[in-house]
Amino acid sequence: MKIQLLQICHARSGDKGDTANVGLIAREQKYYSIIEKHITADVVKKHFEGICLGKVERFELPNLWALNFLLHNSLGGGGTKSLKNDAQGKTLSSALLRMEIEIKESKL
Amino acid sequence: MKQKIRIASGQGFWGDLLTAPIDQVTKGQVDYLVMDYLAEVTMSILQKQKLKDPKLGYAKDLIPLLETILPICIEKNIKVVTNGGGVNPIACKDAILSVAQKLGVNVKVGVVAGDDILEQIDTLVANGNELKNMETSESLSNVRPKISSANVYFGAAPIVEALKQGAQIVITGRTTDTGITLAPMIYEFGWSLDDWDKMAVGTIAGHILECGAQSSGGNFSADWESVPDMANIGFPIAEAYPNGEIIITKHETLGGKVTRQIVTEQLLYEIGNPKEYITPDCVADFTSIQLEEVGANRVKMFGVKGKPATEFFKVSMAYLDGFVAFSTLTYAWPDALKKAQKADEILRARLKNLGLEFEEVRTEFLGYNSCHGSLSPNVELNEVVMRIGVRGKDYKSVERFGKEIAPLILTGPPSVTGFAGGRPKPSEVIAYWPALIRKAAVNPKVLVF
Repeated sequence: MKIQLLQICHARSGDKGDTANVGLIAREQKYYSIIEKHITADVVKKHFEGICLGKVERFELPNLWALNFLLHNSLGGGGTKSLKNDAQGKTLSSALLRMEIEIKESKL
Repeated sequence: MKQKIRIASGQGFWGDLLTAPIDQVTKGQVDYLVMDYLAEVTMSILQKQKLKDPKLGYAKDLIPLLETILPICIEKNIKVVTNGGGVNPIACKDAILSVAQKLGVNVKVGVVAGDDILEQIDTLVANGNELKNMETSESLSNVRPKISSANVYFGAAPIVEALKQGAQIVITGRTTDTGITLAPMIYEFGWSLDDWDKMAVGTIAGHILECGAQSSGGNFSADWESVPDMANIGFPIAEAYPNGEIIITKHETLGGKVTRQIVTEQLLYEIGNPKEYITPDCVADFTSIQLEEVGANRVKMFGVKGKPATEFFKVSMAYLDGFVAFSTLTYAWPDALKKAQKADEILRARLKNLGLEFEEVRTEFLGYNSCHGSLSPNVELNEVVMRIGVRGKDYKSVERFGKEIAPLILTGPPSVTGFAGGRPKPSEVIAYWPALIRKAAVNPKVLVF
């Protein structure tokens, strides 16, 4: 079945220069294995096509049921240089939660 | 030794809720009030203020705030630690002492300085500190003449020294956001500076407190509507124990809430590799953190591991790197987006005809795609705001752009409004030069008055 990440996750994002970080957190521990399996760096890079112009790095925090993504070259130069309304990437968290993934129904 | 201390977060940035630190010292028991005022851009703004007036260059909000809370802090023996000294902690101290005198109270103010290396850059470079860009490896000589501020990020140690010398208020220059929370724990519990797990505990507690109410229900993405009384949101408090356990909580009578989910969101905020959260005090491992809800608005943090600090301090330097200007126009139904897009096309043609030079011209449509860009679904909009920004090295081109917006109202697509506030003025782009410097090359100065 198809689910949207919003159903099983919450998220927070922010900036470090021109790199955005998006922390993706499973709402319950049992959902962590789903995001760990499905939400790879490649999947996130594809999702943010046209927004993230650099590479995507993924880090796992199973203790917090969370993944941390670094989206390089994503904020129009970052800081006071950026011409973006969201120069600090604050809303990239909810942009990631838009993602839809196909999972086995038994998982939910 | 105290068996427990309560450290209250009072500000998450310069410009945060002004009533928060007052609530923190009046609505319940706390031992420390810690306030983070400094972002990178703040340092160069403060440097500019100091150039105009040598008595400025610190977070001015701090002075009226202390005028309000100083008598309470003295009565309740609450210590205040803040990096609001900016680029002029000595002037900040002077202003605080005048306030104390005016109030007729005695208070010992500690100052941590020595982080400002603007005047020493060339000497440091001559002595073998390259100060090359730690991200791009570029040589400092590429930007050296343009550098307008240069500050070393100090950690907790100098603050601990000020506390040991009896300071009740500690004002620092560029100290890490985490150091101001870790320092009280080291001082009160006698933690050794090379007890890396303990250093990581205080550092991570500092990370939880450094963005104010983001740890007590603000900007909470999971169930934001469930957060009670955000109008009177209580800022977070770290209740620290000598064994390294931390309880994140808040004052009961204030709004907001503290849950595992909320604290987790803040832990994930603006981090890189979670196994290596590097500060001057230690390298903290966020993958070791265990959280448990142990009561209403009480989240326990335990199991934290840390590794030895590196041999370097981070240095942040700022330099002027051109100008930007922004403007907006609002287009209404029907075909709101189409009209806004046409206006953008016309504007760009005119900018080109004028021969203006920009590094970048960027148009976003607020109400459509300024947040989620290419992920935004196409839906009929009732209205949309065209937001256009330009950036360039040439001040005159950026200024000239500002004169091309209002004409669009009478010379472009219809049902347009929202041009208020006059022509947009260019503002400066402050670029950053992050570098590393050997700890031995700089000396924090601790003074208590």
